[in-house]
Amino acid sequence: MANLKEVRIRIASINSTQQITKAMKLVSATKLRRAQTAIVQMRPYAAKLNGLLSNLSDSVDVDSLKVYFNKKKDIQKVLLVVITSDRGLCGSFNANVIKLANQTIKDKYQGKDVTIMPIGKKAFEYFGKLTYTTITDFKDVFHTLSAETGFEIGEYVLKAFKAGKFDNVEIVYNQFKNAATQILTNEQFLPIHTKAAAKTDSNKKKDYVFEPSATEILEELIPRILKTQIYRSLLDSSASEHGARMISMDKATDNAGELLKALKIEYNRVRQAAITTEISEIVGGAAALSGA
Amino acid sequence: MQLDILTPDKTVFSGEVEEVTFPGTKGQFQVLKNHAALVSSLSKGKIKINTASGETFFEINGGVVEVLNNKIVVLA
Repeated sequence: MANLKEVRIRIASINSTQQITKAMKLVSATKLRRAQTAIVQMRPYAAKLNGLLSNLSDSVDVDSLKVYFNKKKDIQKVLLVVITSDRGLCGSFNANVIKLANQTIKDKYQGKDVTIMPIGKKAFEYFGKLTYTTITDFKDVFHTLSAETGFEIGEYVLKAFKAGKFDNVEIVYNQFKNAATQILTNEQFLPIHTKAAAKTDSNKKKDYVFEPSATEILEELIPRILKTQIYRSLLDSSASEHGARMISMDKATDNAGELLKALKIEYNRVRQAAITTEISEIVGGAAALSGA
Repeated sequence: MQLDILTPDKTVFSGEVEEVTFPGTKGQFQVLKNHAALVSSLSKGKIKINTASGETFFEINGGVVEVLNNKIVVLA
């Protein structure tokens, strides 16, 4: 049986670990709330953008915009944007993203020219060690996450795509559902796969004056929608990260509590055993003396 | 007229205005009350807002504006 001092030291150490995990949980809860607000703030913007697009969707058949929609039959050059977090201690959050990225490469792009754009330190560390070509310009965006950083990434990807550097772009990230649930997603980014449901009733349409022209507005609008999509993935991933960390730290705190309970029982048992031994020694000693 | 200026980060401005001047891609233009429905792209520049209480300016980095039934929405 372990001795008294050892058990006492373990209890102290688990106690301080529990304090850390508890604090981390609280911090994550606050950060999660902030990240959620950011998502909510962005929603009217995205909704309005899509609303405008549906008013303009007739004019999509324009040459200058086809570059965003044209699917190549023979996909050779692929860009995967992999969004993880900067820090660990959030359960299987990062491992899942990396696993899905690897799975995607294996299933869909075996033998193709795959480029990885890691976003977040964890993805950067992982893919940096492998043999893929990586674009590391945006590896740490999370401590200054704003629409601007999201748009910068979008701009970069759009430019590269338009220049023909990539035939297909996918984003792998955790979509935020609620604090406890993340939906692991790989999203087709470019070329845009149009849904047939995008058609709107023509009588619903309002008579707008387009200035300078519908086409030119679309040329402004579509990149903007795409960039907003990237920004949304970043926000989702960051909210998911804090949610995941909050849950895993909550679990860690619970586990530490259980461990403490078990250790306290052990501690009392050891203490009682020591006392019993001592008493029996005294009794034995007294008996030996009185017998003599 | 009701004016809303939205960015992905937040709603920058929301309120009643009398007159707005936009930096359109084809030059500046002004929107007054009862303007026809309009969608226009904007270039980098300043939005000038005249409210009952005075003038305000907002810097934008391009965007789109929609005017409909005396409601103006700017996506910057």
